[in-house]
Amino acid sequence: MKDKIKTNNIRFEQLKSGNAISFSGIIYTVRDQAHKRLITDLKKGKKLPFDIKGAVIYYCGPTKAPQGKVIGSCGPTTSSRMDEFTPFLLQKGLKGMIGKGRRSKDVIAAIKKYKGVYFLASAGCGALISKYVKKAEQVAYADLGPEQILRLKVENLPLIVAIDSRGRSIYGKD
Amino acid sequence: MRIISAKKITEAVANLCLKANCSLREDVLRRIRSVYRSEPNKKAKAALADIIKNAEIAHREKMAICQDTGLPIVFIEIGQEVRIKGDLKKAINSGIIKGYKKGNFRESIVSNPLKRNKPSYRGAVIHMELVKGSRIKITVMPKGFGCENKSTLKMFLPTAGIDEIKEFVVGAVKSAGPDACPPYVVGVGIGGGAEYAGFLAKKALLKRGVSPNEARGAVSGLERDLLNRINKLKIGPMGLGGKTTALAVNVETYPTHIAGLPIAVNLSCHALRSATVIL
Repeated sequence: MKDKIKTNNIRFEQLKSGNAISFSGIIYTVRDQAHKRLITDLKKGKKLPFDIKGAVIYYCGPTKAPQGKVIGSCGPTTSSRMDEFTPFLLQKGLKGMIGKGRRSKDVIAAIKKYKGVYFLASAGCGALISKYVKKAEQVAYADLGPEQILRLKVENLPLIVAIDSRGRSIYGKD
Repeated sequence: MRIISAKKITEAVANLCLKANCSLREDVLRRIRSVYRSEPNKKAKAALADIIKNAEIAHREKMAICQDTGLPIVFIEIGQEVRIKGDLKKAINSGIIKGYKKGNFRESIVSNPLKRNKPSYRGAVIHMELVKGSRIKITVMPKGFGCENKSTLKMFLPTAGIDEIKEFVVGAVKSAGPDACPPYVVGVGIGGGAEYAGFLAKKALLKRGVSPNEARGAVSGLERDLLNRINKLKIGPMGLGGKTTALAVNVETYPTHIAGLPIAVNLSCHALRSATVIL
Protein backbone atom coordinates (compact mmCIF):
# COMPACT_ATOMS: atom_id res chain seq x y z
CA MET A 1 0.00 0.00 0.00
CA LYS A 2 1.34 3.41 -1.01
CA ASP A 3 0.57 5.16 2.23
CA LYS A 4 2.30 2.56 4.38
CA ILE A 5 4.67 4.35 6.70
CA LYS A 6 7.00 3.13 9.40
CA THR A 7 6.40 5.27 12.44
CA ASN A 8 9.82 4.71 14.01
CA ASN A 9 11.05 8.02 12.72
CA ILE A 10 7.88 9.79 11.83
CA ARG A 11 6.23 12.66 13.63
CA PHE A 12 2.64 11.92 14.52
CA GLU A 13 1.60 15.29 13.11
CA GLN A 14 2.39 14.04 9.61
CA LEU A 15 -0.09 11.18 9.76
CA LYS A 16 -3.41 11.53 7.99
CA SER A 17 -6.72 9.96 8.87
CA GLY A 18 -7.10 6.84 6.70
CA ASN A 19 -3.35 6.09 6.49
CA ALA A 20 -2.40 2.46 6.99
CA ILE A 21 0.86 2.32 8.92
CA SER A 22 3.00 -0.23 10.64
CA PHE A 23 4.07 0.81 14.08
CA SER A 24 7.21 -0.23 15.90
CA GLY A 25 7.92 0.94 19.39
CA ILE A 26 6.64 0.91 22.96
CA ILE A 27 2.96 0.94 23.88
CA TYR A 28 1.25 0.64 27.28
CA THR A 29 -1.91 -1.38 27.82
CA VAL A 30 -4.35 0.82 29.72
CA ARG A 31 -8.09 0.18 29.88
CA ASP A 32 -11.09 1.08 32.05
CA GLN A 33 -10.02 0.74 35.70
CA ALA A 34 -6.41 1.68 35.00
CA HIS A 35 -7.66 4.91 33.40
CA LYS A 36 -9.64 5.68 36.52
CA ARG A 37 -6.54 5.17 38.67
CA LEU A 38 -4.26 7.21 36.42
CA ILE A 39 -6.65 10.14 36.54
CA THR A 40 -7.04 9.90 40.32
CA ASP A 41 -3.24 9.86 40.72
CA LEU A 42 -2.76 12.78 38.35
CA LYS A 43 -5.33 14.85 40.19
CA LYS A 44 -3.59 14.13 43.49
CA GLY A 45 -0.31 15.18 41.93
CA LYS A 46 1.18 11.69 42.30
CA LYS A 47 3.83 10.32 39.99
CA LEU A 48 2.39 7.97 37.36
CA PRO A 49 3.75 4.45 36.90
CA PHE A 50 5.00 5.42 33.42
CA ASP A 51 5.80 8.68 31.71
CA ILE A 52 2.63 9.86 30.03
CA LYS A 53 4.48 12.54 28.03
CA GLY A 54 4.76 11.32 24.47
CA ALA A 55 3.35 7.90 25.39
CA VAL A 56 1.16 5.66 23.24
CA ILE A 57 -1.49 3.68 25.07
CA TYR A 58 -3.33 0.61 23.87
CA TYR A 59 -6.87 -0.12 25.04
CA CYS A 60 -6.30 -3.80 25.65
CA GLY A 61 -6.63 -6.48 28.29
CA PRO A 62 -4.82 -9.54 26.94
CA THR A 63 -5.39 -13.18 27.78
CA LYS A 64 -2.62 -14.87 29.75
CA ALA A 65 0.54 -15.80 27.88
CA PRO A 66 0.52 -19.50 26.97
CA GLN A 67 3.77 -21.32 27.64
CA GLY A 68 6.45 -20.30 25.16
CA LYS A 69 4.61 -17.17 24.04
CA VAL A 70 5.28 -13.52 24.87
CA ILE A 71 1.60 -12.72 25.27
CA GLY A 72 -1.81 -14.26 24.70
CA SER A 73 -4.57 -12.92 22.50
CA CYS A 74 -4.38 -9.12 22.63
CA GLY A 75 -6.80 -7.22 20.41
CA PRO A 76 -8.23 -3.76 21.08
CA THR A 77 -11.23 -3.08 23.30
CA THR A 78 -13.96 -0.48 22.67
CA SER A 79 -12.30 2.95 22.91
CA SER A 80 -15.40 5.01 23.69
CA ARG A 81 -15.50 3.72 27.27
CA MET A 82 -12.27 5.64 27.84
CA ASP A 83 -13.63 8.89 26.38
CA GLU A 84 -14.35 10.59 29.68
CA PHE A 85 -10.71 10.17 30.77
CA THR A 86 -8.92 10.87 27.48
CA PRO A 87 -8.92 14.70 27.20
CA PHE A 88 -7.19 15.00 30.58
CA LEU A 89 -4.51 12.48 29.61
CA LEU A 90 -3.93 14.30 26.32
CA GLN A 91 -3.53 17.52 28.27
CA LYS A 92 -0.86 15.79 30.35
CA GLY A 93 1.10 14.80 27.27
CA LEU A 94 -0.41 11.53 25.99
CA LYS A 95 0.43 11.29 22.31
CA GLY A 96 -1.22 8.21 20.83
CA MET A 97 -4.10 5.87 21.48
CA ILE A 98 -4.86 2.51 19.90
CA GLY A 99 -8.30 0.96 20.10
CA LYS A 100 -11.45 0.23 18.14
CA GLY A 101 -14.52 2.27 17.26
CA ARG A 102 -15.58 5.88 17.55
CA ARG A 103 -14.51 8.66 19.94
CA SER A 104 -16.57 11.48 21.43
CA LYS A 105 -16.56 15.06 20.18
CA ASP A 106 -14.62 16.11 23.28
CA VAL A 107 -11.93 13.54 22.56
CA ILE A 108 -11.66 14.64 18.93
CA ALA A 109 -11.34 18.28 20.03
CA ALA A 110 -8.65 17.36 22.57
CA ILE A 111 -6.74 15.31 19.97
CA LYS A 112 -6.72 18.38 17.76
CA LYS A 113 -5.73 20.73 20.56
CA TYR A 114 -2.87 18.63 21.91
CA LYS A 115 -1.81 17.13 18.56
CA GLY A 116 -2.47 13.51 19.41
CA VAL A 117 -3.39 10.61 17.12
CA TYR A 118 -5.97 7.86 17.53
CA PHE A 119 -5.35 4.57 15.75
CA LEU A 120 -7.43 1.50 15.02
CA ALA A 121 -5.97 -1.98 15.45
CA SER A 122 -7.57 -5.06 13.82
CA ALA A 123 -10.75 -5.41 15.86
CA GLY A 124 -11.46 -8.90 17.11
CA CYS A 125 -8.13 -10.25 15.85
CA GLY A 126 -6.28 -10.76 19.12
CA ALA A 127 -4.47 -13.94 18.11
CA LEU A 128 -3.16 -12.26 14.97
CA ILE A 129 -2.03 -9.11 16.82
CA SER A 130 -0.10 -11.18 19.38
CA LYS A 131 2.36 -12.01 16.58
CA TYR A 132 3.56 -8.40 16.51
CA VAL A 133 4.30 -8.22 20.23
CA LYS A 134 7.94 -8.98 20.94
CA LYS A 135 8.09 -8.24 24.65
CA ALA A 136 5.59 -7.73 27.49
CA GLU A 137 6.46 -6.46 30.98
CA GLN A 138 4.33 -5.66 34.00
CA VAL A 139 4.31 -1.99 34.89
CA ALA A 140 1.59 -1.40 37.51
CA TYR A 141 -1.75 -2.30 39.08
CA ALA A 142 -1.20 -6.08 39.12
CA ASP A 143 -4.27 -6.33 41.35
CA LEU A 144 -6.41 -5.39 38.36
CA GLY A 145 -5.59 -8.72 36.70
CA PRO A 146 -6.11 -8.39 32.94
CA GLU A 147 -6.60 -4.64 33.37
CA GLN A 148 -3.11 -4.05 34.74
CA ILE A 149 -0.70 -1.83 32.83
CA LEU A 150 1.78 -3.69 30.62
CA ARG A 151 4.63 -2.27 28.61
CA LEU A 152 4.63 -3.89 25.17
CA LYS A 153 7.34 -3.75 22.59
CA VAL A 154 5.73 -4.13 19.18
CA GLU A 155 7.24 -4.51 15.75
CA ASN A 156 5.45 -3.60 12.52
CA LEU A 157 2.03 -3.61 14.15
CA PRO A 158 -0.50 -2.74 11.42
CA LEU A 159 -2.65 0.25 12.40
CA ILE A 160 -5.02 2.61 10.68
CA VAL A 161 -5.01 6.30 11.53
CA ALA A 162 -8.60 6.93 12.65
CA ILE A 163 -8.31 10.48 13.99
CA ASP A 164 -5.28 12.54 13.00
CA SER A 165 -3.71 15.46 14.85
CA ARG A 166 -5.93 17.88 12.93
CA GLY A 167 -9.01 16.16 14.24
CA ARG A 168 -10.01 14.52 10.97
CA SER A 169 -11.84 11.24 11.57
CA ILE A 170 -12.05 8.15 9.38
CA TYR A 171 -15.70 7.82 10.45
CA GLY A 172 -16.65 11.28 9.15
CA LYS A 173 -18.22 13.92 11.34
CA ASP A 174 -20.51 11.73 13.44
CA MET B 1 -33.20 -43.61 35.27
CA ARG B 2 -29.93 -42.71 33.58
CA ILE B 3 -27.22 -41.50 35.91
CA ILE B 4 -24.66 -38.91 34.88
CA SER B 5 -21.93 -37.85 37.27
CA ALA B 6 -21.18 -34.22 38.03
CA LYS B 7 -17.56 -35.00 37.18
CA LYS B 8 -18.54 -35.92 33.63
CA ILE B 9 -20.34 -32.59 33.30
CA THR B 10 -17.28 -30.70 34.56
CA GLU B 11 -15.11 -32.42 31.93
CA ALA B 12 -17.62 -31.70 29.17
CA VAL B 13 -17.91 -28.01 30.10
CA ALA B 14 -14.11 -27.62 30.28
CA ASN B 15 -13.74 -29.07 26.78
CA LEU B 16 -16.51 -26.83 25.43
CA CYS B 17 -14.76 -23.73 26.81
CA LEU B 18 -11.57 -24.66 24.96
CA LYS B 19 -13.36 -25.50 21.74
CA ALA B 20 -15.60 -22.43 21.71
CA ASN B 21 -12.81 -19.96 22.50
CA CYS B 22 -10.17 -21.30 20.12
CA SER B 23 -12.09 -22.66 17.13
CA LEU B 24 -14.53 -20.32 15.45
CA ARG B 25 -17.91 -21.93 14.73
CA GLU B 26 -17.84 -23.53 11.30
CA ASP B 27 -21.03 -21.82 10.14
CA VAL B 28 -19.64 -18.43 11.18
CA LEU B 29 -16.29 -18.99 9.49
CA ARG B 30 -18.00 -20.25 6.33
CA ARG B 31 -20.14 -17.12 6.22
CA ILE B 32 -17.13 -14.82 6.77
CA ARG B 33 -15.25 -16.55 3.94
CA SER B 34 -18.28 -16.13 1.71
CA VAL B 35 -18.67 -12.38 2.38
CA TYR B 36 -14.90 -11.99 1.97
CA ARG B 37 -15.13 -13.41 -1.56
CA SER B 38 -17.90 -11.04 -2.60
CA GLU B 39 -16.67 -7.84 -0.88
CA PRO B 40 -15.67 -5.19 -3.44
CA ASN B 41 -14.48 -2.58 -0.90
CA LYS B 42 -10.69 -3.00 -0.52
CA LYS B 43 -10.41 -1.85 3.10
CA ALA B 44 -13.33 -4.00 4.15
CA LYS B 45 -11.86 -6.98 2.30
CA ALA B 46 -8.51 -6.50 4.07
CA ALA B 47 -10.30 -6.39 7.44
CA LEU B 48 -12.16 -9.61 6.59
CA ALA B 49 -8.89 -11.23 5.53
CA ASP B 50 -7.46 -10.40 8.97
CA ILE B 51 -10.50 -11.93 10.65
CA ILE B 52 -10.03 -15.18 8.69
CA LYS B 53 -6.29 -15.22 9.38
CA ASN B 54 -6.95 -14.62 13.07
CA ALA B 55 -9.37 -17.56 13.23
CA GLU B 56 -6.82 -19.81 11.54
CA ILE B 57 -4.02 -18.81 13.94
CA ALA B 58 -6.29 -19.29 16.97
CA HIS B 59 -7.36 -22.76 15.81
CA ARG B 60 -3.86 -23.89 14.87
CA GLU B 61 -2.10 -22.58 17.97
CA LYS B 62 -4.99 -23.22 20.39
CA MET B 63 -5.12 -19.55 21.31
CA ALA B 64 -8.17 -17.50 22.17
CA ILE B 65 -9.80 -16.06 19.03
CA CYS B 66 -10.33 -12.86 20.98
CA GLN B 67 -8.70 -11.62 24.19
CA ASP B 68 -12.20 -11.06 25.50
CA THR B 69 -12.93 -14.67 26.31
CA GLY B 70 -16.23 -13.37 27.50
CA LEU B 71 -18.80 -13.90 30.13
CA PRO B 72 -19.46 -17.64 29.80
CA ILE B 73 -23.13 -18.23 29.09
CA VAL B 74 -24.12 -21.85 29.61
CA PHE B 75 -27.31 -23.30 28.17
CA ILE B 76 -28.11 -26.69 29.61
CA GLU B 77 -31.06 -28.86 28.66
CA ILE B 78 -31.59 -31.75 31.03
CA GLY B 79 -33.70 -34.72 30.11
CA GLN B 80 -36.18 -35.44 32.87
CA GLU B 81 -35.15 -39.09 32.89
CA VAL B 82 -31.60 -38.23 33.91
CA ARG B 83 -30.37 -38.14 37.45
CA ILE B 84 -27.27 -36.09 38.12
CA LYS B 85 -24.99 -37.46 40.77
CA GLY B 86 -23.41 -34.49 42.53
CA ASP B 87 -23.85 -30.73 42.54
CA LEU B 88 -24.76 -29.61 39.00
CA LYS B 89 -24.13 -25.87 39.33
CA LYS B 90 -20.84 -26.48 41.05
CA ALA B 91 -19.91 -28.96 38.33
CA ILE B 92 -20.61 -26.41 35.59
CA ASN B 93 -18.63 -23.66 37.31
CA SER B 94 -15.73 -26.02 37.98
CA GLY B 95 -15.75 -26.93 34.29
CA ILE B 96 -15.59 -23.28 33.29
CA ILE B 97 -12.66 -22.61 35.63
CA LYS B 98 -10.84 -25.74 34.48
CA GLY B 99 -11.29 -24.96 30.78
CA TYR B 100 -10.44 -21.28 31.12
CA LYS B 101 -7.30 -22.04 33.15
CA LYS B 102 -6.14 -24.65 30.66
CA GLY B 103 -6.68 -22.28 27.75
CA ASN B 104 -4.88 -19.37 29.47
CA PHE B 105 -8.06 -17.40 28.91
CA ARG B 106 -8.76 -14.06 30.49
CA GLU B 107 -10.16 -13.59 33.96
CA SER B 108 -12.93 -11.19 32.99
CA ILE B 109 -15.52 -11.63 35.74
CA VAL B 110 -15.85 -9.41 38.81
CA SER B 111 -17.81 -11.13 41.57
CA ASN B 112 -19.12 -7.84 42.88
CA PRO B 113 -20.41 -5.72 39.99
CA LEU B 114 -20.33 -2.53 42.08
CA LYS B 115 -17.08 -2.93 43.98
CA ARG B 116 -15.25 -4.21 40.88
CA ASN B 117 -12.84 -6.47 42.76
CA LYS B 118 -10.01 -8.42 41.10
CA PRO B 119 -11.46 -10.36 38.15
CA SER B 120 -11.60 -14.16 38.11
CA TYR B 121 -13.24 -17.02 36.18
CA ARG B 122 -16.07 -17.47 38.64
CA GLY B 123 -19.66 -16.56 37.85
CA ALA B 124 -20.91 -18.08 34.61
CA VAL B 125 -24.50 -17.32 33.65
CA ILE B 126 -26.42 -20.59 33.56
CA HIS B 127 -29.72 -21.14 31.77
CA MET B 128 -31.28 -24.48 32.69
CA GLU B 129 -34.21 -26.14 31.05
CA LEU B 130 -35.90 -29.43 31.82
CA VAL B 131 -36.80 -31.33 28.64
CA LYS B 132 -38.07 -34.75 27.55
CA GLY B 133 -35.75 -37.74 27.35
CA SER B 134 -32.61 -39.04 28.99
CA ARG B 135 -29.85 -36.87 27.61
CA ILE B 136 -28.13 -33.66 28.61
CA LYS B 137 -27.32 -31.00 26.04
CA ILE B 138 -24.74 -28.42 27.06
CA THR B 139 -23.77 -25.30 25.13
CA VAL B 140 -21.08 -22.87 26.22
CA MET B 141 -21.13 -19.42 24.67
CA PRO B 142 -18.26 -17.13 25.67
CA LYS B 143 -19.92 -13.77 25.12
CA GLY B 144 -17.66 -10.77 24.57
CA PHE B 145 -18.84 -7.61 26.28
CA GLY B 146 -17.99 -5.03 23.63
CA CYS B 147 -21.00 -6.29 21.72
CA GLU B 148 -23.03 -7.29 24.78
CA ASN B 149 -22.92 -3.62 25.84
CA LYS B 150 -24.79 -2.72 22.66
CA SER B 151 -27.75 -4.96 23.44
CA THR B 152 -31.13 -3.39 23.96
CA LEU B 153 -34.74 -4.05 24.92
CA LYS B 154 -37.91 -2.16 24.09
CA MET B 155 -41.44 -2.81 25.24
CA PHE B 156 -43.53 -1.99 22.16
CA LEU B 157 -47.24 -1.33 22.11
CA PRO B 158 -49.23 -4.36 20.93
CA THR B 159 -50.48 -2.22 18.05
CA ALA B 160 -46.97 -1.47 16.77
CA GLY B 161 -46.44 -2.01 13.06
CA ILE B 162 -43.77 -4.25 11.56
CA ASP B 163 -41.89 -1.26 10.13
CA GLU B 164 -41.54 0.26 13.58
CA ILE B 165 -40.10 -3.02 14.81
CA LYS B 166 -37.67 -3.30 11.93
CA GLU B 167 -36.52 0.27 12.52
CA PHE B 168 -35.77 -0.57 16.14
CA VAL B 169 -33.59 -3.55 15.20
CA VAL B 170 -31.77 -1.67 12.44
CA GLY B 171 -31.39 1.29 14.82
CA ALA B 172 -29.69 -0.92 17.42
CA VAL B 173 -27.05 -1.90 14.86
CA LYS B 174 -26.69 1.68 13.66
CA SER B 175 -26.12 2.85 17.20
CA ALA B 176 -23.45 0.17 17.77
CA GLY B 177 -21.80 1.48 14.60
CA PRO B 178 -18.15 0.46 14.22
CA ASP B 179 -17.58 0.06 17.98
CA ALA B 180 -18.43 -3.58 18.68
CA CYS B 181 -16.48 -5.50 16.01
CA PRO B 182 -18.70 -5.66 12.95
CA PRO B 183 -19.73 -7.56 10.88
CA TYR B 184 -22.27 -8.52 13.50
CA VAL B 185 -24.61 -11.42 14.03
CA VAL B 186 -27.87 -9.93 15.23
CA GLY B 187 -30.02 -11.91 17.64
CA VAL B 188 -33.62 -10.75 17.97
CA GLY B 189 -36.05 -11.98 20.63
CA ILE B 190 -39.71 -11.22 20.12
CA GLY B 191 -42.37 -11.98 22.70
CA GLY B 192 -42.55 -13.42 26.22
CA GLY B 193 -41.87 -10.94 29.02
CA ALA B 194 -38.98 -8.49 29.32
CA GLU B 195 -36.51 -11.06 30.68
CA TYR B 196 -37.60 -13.77 28.25
CA ALA B 197 -37.25 -11.53 25.18
CA GLY B 198 -33.67 -10.89 26.29
CA PHE B 199 -33.07 -14.60 26.70
CA LEU B 200 -34.55 -15.33 23.25
CA ALA B 201 -32.35 -12.69 21.62
CA LYS B 202 -29.27 -14.36 23.02
CA LYS B 203 -30.51 -17.85 22.20
CA ALA B 204 -31.12 -16.70 18.63
CA LEU B 205 -27.34 -16.36 18.26
CA LEU B 206 -27.07 -20.11 18.69
CA LYS B 207 -29.17 -20.90 15.64
CA ARG B 208 -27.12 -22.97 13.27
CA GLY B 209 -26.69 -21.88 9.71
CA VAL B 210 -25.56 -18.30 10.03
CA SER B 211 -26.46 -17.72 6.42
CA PRO B 212 -29.50 -16.06 4.90
CA ASN B 213 -29.90 -18.91 2.41
CA GLU B 214 -30.19 -21.44 5.16
CA ALA B 215 -32.76 -19.48 7.12
CA ARG B 216 -35.98 -21.40 7.52
CA GLY B 217 -39.33 -21.10 9.18
CA ALA B 218 -41.92 -18.39 9.66
CA VAL B 219 -39.43 -15.65 10.47
CA SER B 220 -37.05 -16.23 7.56
CA GLY B 221 -38.63 -13.41 5.52
CA LEU B 222 -38.21 -11.01 8.42
CA GLU B 223 -34.61 -12.15 8.96
CA ARG B 224 -33.77 -11.62 5.29
CA ASP B 225 -35.36 -8.19 5.18
CA LEU B 226 -33.62 -7.07 8.36
CA LEU B 227 -30.29 -8.32 7.01
CA ASN B 228 -30.73 -6.36 3.79
CA ARG B 229 -31.64 -3.19 5.66
CA ILE B 230 -28.73 -3.56 8.09
CA ASN B 231 -26.25 -4.13 5.27
CA LYS B 232 -27.48 -0.94 3.63
CA LEU B 233 -26.04 0.93 6.64
CA LYS B 234 -22.61 0.27 5.08
CA ILE B 235 -20.83 0.27 8.43
CA GLY B 236 -18.79 -2.71 7.28
CA PRO B 237 -15.94 -4.67 8.87
CA MET B 238 -14.12 -2.47 11.44
CA GLY B 239 -16.46 0.31 10.37
CA LEU B 240 -14.47 0.82 7.18
CA GLY B 241 -17.46 0.58 4.85
CA GLY B 242 -18.40 -2.14 2.38
CA LYS B 243 -21.45 -4.25 2.01
CA THR B 244 -21.22 -6.48 5.08
CA THR B 245 -22.40 -4.90 8.30
CA ALA B 246 -24.10 -8.07 9.53
CA LEU B 247 -23.36 -11.70 8.72
CA ALA B 248 -26.85 -12.78 9.71
CA VAL B 249 -29.99 -11.84 11.57
CA ASN B 250 -31.58 -14.59 13.65
CA VAL B 251 -35.05 -14.17 15.11
CA GLU B 252 -36.67 -16.22 17.89
CA THR B 253 -40.30 -15.71 18.88
CA TYR B 254 -42.55 -16.73 21.77
CA PRO B 255 -46.18 -16.04 22.72
CA THR B 256 -46.74 -12.80 24.59
CA HIS B 257 -49.47 -10.81 26.37
CA ILE B 258 -52.30 -8.96 24.57
CA ALA B 259 -51.13 -5.71 26.13
CA GLY B 260 -47.55 -5.78 24.93
CA LEU B 261 -44.78 -6.72 22.54
CA PRO B 262 -41.30 -7.02 24.07
CA ILE B 263 -38.45 -6.92 21.56
CA ALA B 264 -34.83 -7.46 22.49
CA VAL B 265 -31.71 -7.24 20.36
CA ASN B 266 -28.53 -9.05 21.35
CA LEU B 267 -25.53 -8.26 19.18
CA SER B 268 -22.61 -10.54 18.61
CA CYS B 269 -19.28 -9.43 17.17
CA HIS B 270 -17.93 -11.34 14.18
CA ALA B 271 -16.30 -13.75 16.62
CA LEU B 272 -19.56 -15.47 17.51
CA ARG B 273 -18.37 -18.33 19.65
CA SER B 274 -20.20 -21.34 21.01
CA ALA B 275 -19.77 -25.09 21.31
CA THR B 276 -22.28 -27.82 22.11
CA VAL B 277 -22.16 -31.39 23.34
CA ILE B 278 -24.84 -33.97 24.01
CA LEU B 279 -24.23 -36.39 26.87
